[in-house]
Amino acid sequence: MALALAIIVALITIVSVVLFHVHHWWLPENIARNGAAFHNQFMLTMAVTGLFFVAAQLSLAYFLWRYKDRGDARKARYTHGNNTLEKIWTSVGAVLFIGMNLLGYRLWAQARFVGASPGALRIEVWAEQFQYWFRYASPDGSGHFCETNVHLMDDATGNPLGMNLSNPACQKNVVTDTLGVPVNRQVELLLRSKDVIHSFFVRELRLQQDIVPGMVIPIHFTATKVGTYEIVCTQLCGLGHYKMRAFMKVMTEPDFEKWLKQQAAEQ
Amino acid sequence: MAELEAAVHHHEAPKGFIRRYVFSTDHKVIGKQYYFLALFAVVIGMFLSWLMRMHLGYPNYKIPGLDLMSPTGAPGNVMTPEYYLSLMTMHGTIMIFFVLTTAPQSGFGNFFLPLQIGAEDMAFPRLNMLSFWVTFVALMVLLATFFIADGPPISGWTAYPPLSSIGSVAGPGEGLGQTLWVVSIALFCVGALLSAINFIATTLDLRTRGMNLMRMPLTCWAWLVTAIVGLLSFAVLFAAGVLLLLDRLGGTSFFTPAQLKVSGVVLQHAGGSPLLWQHLFWFFGHPEVYIAILPGMGITSHILSTFSRKPVFGYRAMVYALGAIGILGFMVWGHHMFVSGMSPYSAFYFSILTMAIGVPSAIKTFNWLGTMWGGKLRLTSAMLFAIGFVSMFVTGGLSGLFLAQPPLDAYLHGTYFVVAHFHMVMGVAAIFAMFAGTYFWFPKMFGRMMDETLGKIHFVGSFVGAYLIFMPMHYIGIAGNVRRQSEFIDNFMQPLLPIHRFITIAALATGAVQLIFLFNLFWSMFKGKKAELNPWEATSLEWTTPTPVPYDNFNGRLPVVHHGPYEYNVPGAAKDYIMQNSTEVVAAEAAG
Amino acid sequence: MRKLKWLAVIPVMIGLAACSSSPKASSESSSAAPAAAPQQQLKPVDPATVGEITGVVKFDGAVPHPRMIRMGQDPVCQKANHDKPVYFQDGEVNSNHTLPYVFVYVKKGAGQYDWTPPSEPVVLDQKGCMYEPHVMGVMVGQQFKVINSDPTTHNIHPMPADNRAWNESQPPGAPPITKTWARPEVMVPVKCNEHPWMRCYIGVTKSPLYAVTGDDGTFTIQGVPPGTYTLGFWTATFGTQEQQVTVPPKGTAKVTVTFKAS
Repeated sequence: MALALAIIVALITIVSVVLFHVHHWWLPENIARNGAAFHNQFMLTMAVTGLFFVAAQLSLAYFLWRYKDRGDARKARYTHGNNTLEKIWTSVGAVLFIGMNLLGYRLWAQARFVGASPGALRIEVWAEQFQYWFRYASPDGSGHFCETNVHLMDDATGNPLGMNLSNPACQKNVVTDTLGVPVNRQVELLLRSKDVIHSFFVRELRLQQDIVPGMVIPIHFTATKVGTYEIVCTQLCGLGHYKMRAFMKVMTEPDFEKWLKQQAAEQ
Repeated sequence: MAELEAAVHHHEAPKGFIRRYVFSTDHKVIGKQYYFLALFAVVIGMFLSWLMRMHLGYPNYKIPGLDLMSPTGAPGNVMTPEYYLSLMTMHGTIMIFFVLTTAPQSGFGNFFLPLQIGAEDMAFPRLNMLSFWVTFVALMVLLATFFIADGPPISGWTAYPPLSSIGSVAGPGEGLGQTLWVVSIALFCVGALLSAINFIATTLDLRTRGMNLMRMPLTCWAWLVTAIVGLLSFAVLFAAGVLLLLDRLGGTSFFTPAQLKVSGVVLQHAGGSPLLWQHLFWFFGHPEVYIAILPGMGITSHILSTFSRKPVFGYRAMVYALGAIGILGFMVWGHHMFVSGMSPYSAFYFSILTMAIGVPSAIKTFNWLGTMWGGKLRLTSAMLFAIGFVSMFVTGGLSGLFLAQPPLDAYLHGTYFVVAHFHMVMGVAAIFAMFAGTYFWFPKMFGRMMDETLGKIHFVGSFVGAYLIFMPMHYIGIAGNVRRQSEFIDNFMQPLLPIHRFITIAALATGAVQLIFLFNLFWSMFKGKKAELNPWEATSLEWTTPTPVPYDNFNGRLPVVHHGPYEYNVPGAAKDYIMQNSTEVVAAEAAG
Repeated sequence: MRKLKWLAVIPVMIGLAACSSSPKASSESSSAAPAAAPQQQLKPVDPATVGEITGVVKFDGAVPHPRMIRMGQDPVCQKANHDKPVYFQDGEVNSNHTLPYVFVYVKKGAGQYDWTPPSEPVVLDQKGCMYEPHVMGVMVGQQFKVINSDPTTHNIHPMPADNRAWNESQPPGAPPITKTWARPEVMVPVKCNEHPWMRCYIGVTKSPLYAVTGDDGTFTIQGVPPGTYTLGFWTATFGTQEQQVTVPPKGTAKVTVTFKAS
């Protein structure tokens, strides 16, 4: 019984580690400029936790087998513990855990403490049950986001953001259902919600942020690879949550300009 | 010194059936009532998870009879997305509140705290009865949502506003269903608060002679810390629940911002903050995790020591670690909110403290291993589940080290990695502790032994099953599989569908293994082998009084304590254990 | 002691009260409540004397620019429309400067007749992630059936003012949803919470005397007993109008109304 159990525990440990290691189910490709730093931090954490995981589980397995009561005359060791050992693993744990955390801080600071650079392309992201809208100031980058009016918002007549369509500033704004961005240029998103809390998550950018009604939350990123990527909602937002998503198209600068002009013409 | 027992008045049990078994003030009856309430709830909760798993693994399979449960939620046995969310909300709420919070603390705690500290009953027996019945009503109100036209709420167990605060315009279930949910949770808070006061007063005031705090079994320490944590956290959740109810019914705007357009309707709210709810909720919600797991830690320490025939390694460190977890548990709630829109600077603070809370958790793990090290392990079912607890707690806890780091959480948040993490660390681990406690204390609670062979089969099935269910969730989480989705409609998720099938099959099989436990439980209650007075050769006071336990626990003569709780294999002692109330004097004990 | 026992009972009663309020709400809604009790004796319609109302709804002014629907949110919808552009139907103007989707109905003057709803249901289909039809009428008490022809889950969320609102999803393969309407209401907007662009309108009337204009702007209401009526014209974008009309026995009354650009 004890041997069988020890083998089961060891087997689970080894198979788990191997499956983490083969990367068969793994992070999708990275297209973010800071993705390498993310990867390093992820792998460091994987190494530290992996070490603890293997050590703890294999000790359990070993103890199960080694110290099983075999009915012999051996007596259990009588000890109430060891203060030196307690001090060692307390301080090792503290240094390791908190130190590892501090190492990851640069990454977080770059992404969240520092704002977008002045040359970044600004795009408004509007979320609603269960759809994203993306607003560009104008096809050529000039102009500004015109005011929206909650009473004018109507998805079923093609004015989801409630823009006053007789206002010239609004006429210049381009509203799309796909997030088109130029490659290798910083993009700043202003996240807004019309109704409940949603979320903006692009796996390949390693970027996730809730979209909270009543707040405008800025995030920024630089995509480094042309392609189409999925944007998903990760915050429970209602019955259609499972299908709330949109696509992000990363394009070369000329392609992006052409795409935005076409979007403007279509509306 | 020579005094063996402290004399008190002897009390007889009330005669009437209702006063004795239904509206009873006897902590042992109330403990069993809580236990069976949790058992009833866990069966429902597990059933709901089966339905969800079936839908995730086999989205097109029509579960026969599902439309009887809800004609609008599953028309023609096809599960609608909102019904999936209803099931998910109810699964989470039932499991967290009515299983993980009730059984380990109120169930075992009620039954065994007075017995282990040598008290006649809890400090406030009538309050105790009230707290159980309020909890019972809370469960009934929650389950009532299955039978209303609106259906259960769809906003998850966290009930984030505005989804939960604006009424039926937010979606099916958000009308009366969500209101009943809030009422149920508020009632539950009342029950939990009353219970917490009772536990604290009992532990501090009713310990028998010689039972100083550092001679209490670690179970009692865990129940005490849990009660303090519960007292401070459920009060906040109660307040938050009242505010949410006011937002829903009273037209206030605590959590609901202005100018919302939901389903084409402009709502008349102004100036509320959705993040305020998240702060209040997680100020409760994170300590709640410890409410669920601390009693399990106590039970595990107790059982590991008993069946290793060895004192707990680092008893004092264990007590301090329990306290540290209890205190730090109140300072880390923001780690649920790294990507919520909270200030990124506060994420820094919460993250550091969260890593810090890993330290006492690691201390506990090392001490559990230390307790087993050099022991003489008796691999009973209870012991196996305690070992299983350690394994699950380690696995689940370590994934927390990823989630505690904001830059990594910005990827993993909202994926199955989180689902795997909390199911292992607070779900499976806590339930393993409950199983351990059941196998361990069954002889005391019901006077008979559970079948050990069935118990071991149950353990192997559950242990392997839990890993088969939850380990793959780490992988699909890393691959970016978003949680709370009723279907995976996009091409990206299609390759992961086989893993979902695998998890579904594992979940059904592991669920089936639990039927062995249920059979064993009820069969042994009536047909099990009669239990001896101290079948496990354990040391704590519950094994000194006859079974069935007299109404006043010690027949009017309270035991006097002379030893620490875990005196096993003391060199020079007559047997390999010294009961806490034994008058045997052994030189090595003081030295050790 | 007794006092405490009662304390425990209070939450039970609160719980029971909370539970019992729901069946009431559902029974009221699910029963096909008959129209308000007759104040006077209702007359049967004499089929030998009935006439009809025909007409056309014209549009005067600049034709609004049609707006394309962006269905990128659900690729199933794009595929169902073969990736061809689909335009919003509200505010649409026919090429001959007439209006489609105008709900024309007898607003006053038919109350003395005994109208019984036909046994066949009115059907609302969901096809290509659009409602078919966009504007429709249904009689009080008549069966209203919703079907889903799309391989994607739809949600039907009528938002009436006088009738009971409901909000149900219909995954592909689910049976039709059948409902009735208890009170007359022009119009009940219906939205799909899965696809925000989807909307249709239901006119609930006591009589079968209603029609919807087609792609030539014309309409015909048949089976009208002779008499003088107030006709109501409802549009989603250009407001509403009324017009008096007199129908001779077995004759035809012709009506022309003109909506102006808003």
